Amino acid sequence: MPSLKTLIPAIAASVLLAGTATAGDLVSYKVVDYGIPSSLTGKAGDAAAGEKTFVNRKLGNCLACHQVTKLSAHPFHGEIGPSLDGVAERYEEPQLRLQVVNAKEINPDTIMPAFYRTEGLHRVLKNFKGKPVLTAEQVEDVVAYLKTLK
Amino acid sequence: MKTNWNRITLIAAACAVCVGVFATSANATDWGPYQVDDRRSGYTYMTDESRAMQVDSFQNPGMIWVEQGADLWNETNGKAGKSCASCHGDATESMKGVAARYPVYDEKAKKLQNVETRINTCLEKNMQAEPYKWESKEMLSMTTFINNQSLGMPVDVKIDGAAAEWYEKGKAFYYERRGQLDMACKHCHEDNAGGIIRANTLSQGQANGFPTYRLKWQKVGSLHRRFRGCNKQVRSAPFGNGSDEYLALELYVKWRGRGLPVETPAVRN
Ligand code: HEC
Ligand code: HEC
Ligand code: HEC
Repeated sequence: MPSLKTLIPAIAASVLLAGTATAGDLVSYKVVDYGIPSSLTGKAGDAAAGEKTFVNRKLGNCLACHQVTKLSAHPFHGEIGPSLDGVAERYEEPQLRLQVVNAKEINPDTIMPAFYRTEGLHRVLKNFKGKPVLTAEQVEDVVAYLKTLK
Repeated sequence: MKTNWNRITLIAAACAVCVGVFATSANATDWGPYQVDDRRSGYTYMTDESRAMQVDSFQNPGMIWVEQGADLWNETNGKAGKSCASCHGDATESMKGVAARYPVYDEKAKKLQNVETRINTCLEKNMQAEPYKWESKEMLSMTTFINNQSLGMPVDVKIDGAAAEWYEKGKAFYYERRGQLDMACKHCHEDNAGGIIRANTLSQGQANGFPTYRLKWQKVGSLHRRFRGCNKQVRSAPFGNGSDEYLALELYVKWRGRGLPVETPAVRN
C-alpha cells in the first residue's frame, strides 16, 4: 500500500489522477498529483483554530493516532500513525489537504478516517449521517495548523 | 520502523550464534496457553495487575457473577416448576465444554445459537418461564457461570456444515468498513493489534474471555455489548444483542481465537 511518502516520486513524475467531485452539500474539489491544490473554502485556514480542532476528541481527534511534540501538554498521544513533527517539511499543502480530506485516495487500506466525505459510507449512526467529520473551514484550519509543524 | 536490515543481515551472516540470540530476544515473552501461533488472548495485552487479578479466583471481581449464576441454576422458575438443575444436574459436568464449542448451529431453531439464546430457549420452551433480558443481572450471572465451567479449555467452534454460511457472514462483517469513521474490525484488531490508540493498547479483539469483567464498567459485560461498543466508537449504528449479524460475527471471532483458552470471567480494562 502506498504511503504519502512513497508517492512523492510518482508525483514528481507528474502522475495525474482524475479529479474527484463530491456530491451532496460538500464543496467539490479536484485531486491533482495526490493532492488538492485549492482551498476548499477559497481562503487560507486559521492555524490557531486548527490546533483546537486537531486536539478536540469530538472533531479531529488526531492525537488518538498521532504524536506531536509541541502538543505534549495534552495527554495520551496514540501510536497508530506516524509522528507529525516536521510534517510541513515533508509535504506540500495540497498533499496535506488530501491526506485530511480523504486519506484513502492515497492509501486505500488506511485506518485513518476521511474527514471530509459522506459518500460510500456504511451504517453511519443517525446523528452523523450525511455529515462529514469536519466542515470545509475546519479542514482548512487543520491544514493551516499542519503547515506550522516544521 | 528504522531497522537497518542490511546491517542485521550482515551481522547474522557473520555469526550464526547471533541469529539464535536475535530469535530469542524478539520472542522474549512466552505466553503459555494464552498464545497459539500468532493468536493472542486479550490477557497478553493487559497489565500485570489485571492479569494477576484474573487468575486468582479470590481476587477476580467477576467471580461474584459466577456465584450468582450458581444460585440461579438451582432456583425453580416458570410454570413448569423446574430449575436448570432439574434437567441438567450438576453444571460442573453438564455445562463443561459448552463455552468452548458455542455458538453452534441448532437444527431445530434453524439458526445459530450462542449461550445466551440457548439459555432463553430453555427458559421459554423447557421451563415456561420469561426469557432473561440480554444484559440483565440474571443473564450475565448465568452466562458467566456456564462459561466458567469451561475455564482453560481451548476454543473449538465448528464452521462446517450448516455453520459455514454463518461463518462467511461473520467474516464479511469483520472486514467491512462501517460508520462515519469508516473502519472495519480488522483495521484495529488485525492491522494494529499491540498499537496504542489514545490511552488504549489494542488487542486482537478475541472473544475467549466473555462475559468479561471490565474495570471501566465495574461489572461484567457480554460479547454483544462489546460489539455494540466497537461499532459505536466508529460512529456506526450497532446491531441488536442476539441479532443474526452479531451471532455470525461471534462465530467468526471465536474461530479467529481457536485454541485459546476460555477465560471467563476475564479481567479487562
Ligand atoms: C485512526 C488513526 C488515525 C487518526 C484518527 C488520524 N490519522 Fe493521520 N494517519 C494515520 C496513519 C495510520 C497514517 C499513515 C499513512 C496511512 O496509513 O494513511 C496517517 C498519516 C497521516 C499524515 C501523513 C504523515 C506522514 O508523515 O506520512 C498526516 C499529515 C496525517 N495523518 C494527519 C492527520 C490529521 C490532521 C488527523 C486529524 C484530523 C489524523 N491524521 C487522524 C492514522 C490516523
Ligand atoms: C425440562 C428440561 C430442561 C430444563 C429445565 C432446562 N434445560 Fe437446558 N436443555 C434441555 C435440553 C433437552 C437441551 C438440549 C440438549 C441437546 O440439544 O442435546 C438443553 C440444552 C441446554 C444448553 C446447551 C447444552 C449443550 O451442550 O449444547 C444449555 C447451555 C442449557 N440447556 C442451559 C439451561 C439453563 C441455563 C437452564 C435453566 C435456566 C436450562 N437449560 C433448563 C433441557 C432443559
Ligand atoms: C477504532 C478501533 C476499533 C475498531 C474498529 C474495533 N474495535 Fe474492538 N476494541 C477496540 C478497543 C480500544 C478495545 C479495548 C482494548 C482491546 O482489547 O483491544 C476493543 C476490544 C474488543 C474486544 C474485547 C477483547 C477482549 O480481550 O476482551 C472484542 C471482542 C472486540 N473489540 C471486537 C471487535 C469487533 C468484532 C470489531 C468490528 C465490529 C471491532 N472490535 C472493531 C477498538 C476497536
